[in-house]
Amino acid sequence: MATITKPETLLGKRIRRREDPRLITGTATYVDDIKMPGMYYAAILRSPHAAANIRSLNVQPALARKGVLTVFTGKDTEHAGSVPCGAALPGLRVPHHHLLALDRVYFVGHPLAVVVATDRYIARDAAELIEVDYDVLSAVADPEKALAAGAPAVHPQWPDNTAFTFHQEGGEVDKAFAEADVIVKQRITSQRLIPMAMETRGVVADWRAAERALTLYTSTQAPHLVRTLVAQVLGLEDNRLRVVAPEVGGGFGSKIDTYAEEILMAFVAMKIRKPVKWIGSRREDFLCTIHGRGHVDYYELAARRDGEITAIKLKIIQDLGAFLSLLTPAIPTLSVLMMPGLYRTKNIRADVVGAFTNCMATDAYRGAGRPEATHGIERMVDILAAELKMDPAEVRLKNFIHNEEFPFPTATGLVYDSGDYAAPLRKAMDMVDYGKFRQEQARARQEGKLLGIGMSTYGEICAFGPSPATPAGGWESSQVKVEPSGKVTVATGISPHGQGEETTFAQITADELGIGLDDVIVVHGDTSLVPYGIGTFGSRSTAVGGTALYFALQELKTKLKKWGVTLLESEDVTLADGRCTCNKSGKSVSFQEIAFAAYRAMKVPAGAEPGLVSTYFWEPPNFTFPFGAHIVVTEIDRDTGEVFIRRYVAIDDCGKILNPLIVDGQVHGGVAQGIGQALWEQAVYDDNGQLITGELMDYAVAKAPMMPWIESGHTVTPSPVNPLGVKGVGEAGTIGASPAVVNSVVDALSHLGVRHIDMPLTPEKIWNLVSAGGGK
Amino acid sequence: MEPRLLLIHYLREVVGLTGPHIGCETSLCGACTVELDGQAVKSCTMFAVQADGAKLVTIEGLAADGKLHKMQEAFWNEHGLQCGFCTPGMIIASKQILDRNPNPTEEEIRHGIEGNICRCTGYQHIVNAVRAAAKAAGA
Repeated sequence: MATITKPETLLGKRIRRREDPRLITGTATYVDDIKMPGMYYAAILRSPHAAANIRSLNVQPALARKGVLTVFTGKDTEHAGSVPCGAALPGLRVPHHHLLALDRVYFVGHPLAVVVATDRYIARDAAELIEVDYDVLSAVADPEKALAAGAPAVHPQWPDNTAFTFHQEGGEVDKAFAEADVIVKQRITSQRLIPMAMETRGVVADWRAAERALTLYTSTQAPHLVRTLVAQVLGLEDNRLRVVAPEVGGGFGSKIDTYAEEILMAFVAMKIRKPVKWIGSRREDFLCTIHGRGHVDYYELAARRDGEITAIKLKIIQDLGAFLSLLTPAIPTLSVLMMPGLYRTKNIRADVVGAFTNCMATDAYRGAGRPEATHGIERMVDILAAELKMDPAEVRLKNFIHNEEFPFPTATGLVYDSGDYAAPLRKAMDMVDYGKFRQEQARARQEGKLLGIGMSTYGEICAFGPSPATPAGGWESSQVKVEPSGKVTVATGISPHGQGEETTFAQITADELGIGLDDVIVVHGDTSLVPYGIGTFGSRSTAVGGTALYFALQELKTKLKKWGVTLLESEDVTLADGRCTCNKSGKSVSFQEIAFAAYRAMKVPAGAEPGLVSTYFWEPPNFTFPFGAHIVVTEIDRDTGEVFIRRYVAIDDCGKILNPLIVDGQVHGGVAQGIGQALWEQAVYDDNGQLITGELMDYAVAKAPMMPWIESGHTVTPSPVNPLGVKGVGEAGTIGASPAVVNSVVDALSHLGVRHIDMPLTPEKIWNLVSAGGGK
Repeated sequence: MEPRLLLIHYLREVVGLTGPHIGCETSLCGACTVELDGQAVKSCTMFAVQADGAKLVTIEGLAADGKLHKMQEAFWNEHGLQCGFCTPGMIIASKQILDRNPNPTEEEIRHGIEGNICRCTGYQHIVNAVRAAAKAAGA
């Protein structure tokens, strides 16, 4: 009972993470660290072609290899259900996605067969021995080409390659365009990206036939969704299926999905009646874990001469890939929701076309639809400013929703919770000394230097979300268990994998109960240990999961007080600082004494039960809407076309901050991925559907010397949606970064007549632009 | 021992040291970095037999007598990790920076961890951690 009553609030403190000791000593357990007696290893044979009919498949040479137990092919899994897509749109065409290809392959990496062997080397060797006779077909890898007449059909039954169309409209768009002083138009792409979590996906499946019990250890962000969906696809009893997300080495959205391999390993373990492990190679992970973005956007903005934006039109062509993964078709609809950004206009029209291509599915990657929308609107505002010869900051300030207008209903059907949009922009401008920079830029240009400044003022939809607005329920759960000793175990339905909620949730708990941080542990990621939960994505963990915890703690405090009343034999008691005190006599009992009494149960208070446990499922009434302003100063090397970021200022408003150390980390990591999209990263498929950025050698993930120093700061506008006042911060950096960087580079080249550049801003692209405007 | 057995698989599967991780199998990500005779090496592109007779230190061997190595402590204090997957390799590579140069500049730190990818932190807190470890060591 070493608990010390905590003297002050822990919220808002820079507390180092409680998950770190196991991670810095190499003692954490990731999926590939799990070893079971009698465990087999699986390797998957994948298609080298983007589109082909399978004439024949001969597994005999693999079976003949010493150490191979068995091989499964599409015929074995034919009667299982489809790899799940959880998103629904009117008229959506959902192709049946077999666990293993049957008679045709649809993208490079499409799984054809699973080899099960005693060792991973033998499994891989044997997979290469399988003989496949392909009849190679024409493929299409570009979404615009896929929609053009005469394109090869990805799915023969749908020759137009269109999975869905989606339309949303608000206000009087045609009138606004007819009356506009100025109209600007631009095609803007948001290229395909590879999420590239450091840990590749992997699964260990363990089947206990006598209990009809299956345990899946899988690198996922949403273990309960995996449980529900694997059970559905294989017809299993979900109460006998345990899914564990052990230590998970990053996800960034790519591990929300339930994948073919998770279902396959469950299938294999049940067939061989032995544990089985599959760990994806990096190349498999690039080919067969979802990609992000993949937009071609056509924007039109109508405005008045004074800079007021009066209407926005947007056509999105979304590259879906060959199959629909868990949320694939929903992602571009999030872009539509976010298309007005932070601006007041109520006149919007959006049309989305979802195009099938012979590629891996796109789905939620850090930001998921919102970076695309923010990139688009923030580029368009700069293009409008250039057209009107106004300062980009002035155009933004003119169009921001005013502070007194919150809660603000948008034309896309959202209600922005709270905001002070000018505040982060002004703060960022002060930090870079914006006025002075413009003078410096003018001098630099006379000297022939290419110096630019760019900004983005972004908003995002976070804390997913009200259940009717989400594909799988948007609530979250939390359970607080006080042990007889007074130690506390928090079980949460979210599934953190780097975001630090073992720390922040302990802070919330210790604060509410008035106990020490070290008296609390937070467990997550095991469906047998925690109540049903939705998982970690969409910057929801603290705003929704933390709020569920907050309400569970309020219920628990009500119970504590009842026990306090009984123990102190007084109705007039106060619960504070880890004690329950009688206001008249001054007598008090500690939290630990109450805990012990609740389990000893000598005298159970009226209306209470023995024990001290509270469980709360919280349904959020709205999303939250973080915002911020990023300003970037870039310098371009004329001779090489290389972009150097000289300053990066990020002012984010994520509502109340529970742990500034963790929030800074989230911002830095988010910005790094946004800069990565702006400058370097691109998943490139060639015309045959080959992923030619299929390894880290070819896909440019930022290394330490490539990253600038990020000067981060905050404004704090609490969210009224939850009692913690938090908004979410996981995706903010990514959403704010790419338009700020591109706007900065376009600004550096604007005097050469450059108006827009599509990402990534590779040296080759920039060098060509500079050369074309050469001599100026 | 199978001649083609990779050092990382030997460490993880045979010896049971699962601290170093496999992130790419091509020497590009650095998650498998271990110390071999005092040099940080990527154990995913080295055969176990090549390490015959060498002195190997993995992340598990850094803490001594229950006390964290200064670099581990610094990564913890400065939030130099999020998901933790790159961390064992990153800490070994960071330790090597200070072994060679007790007081590195920011640029030298970034160069020193160029062979180790972190997808979570944007590297800034890692740079802070290496600086803090240098300071703690008296630089």
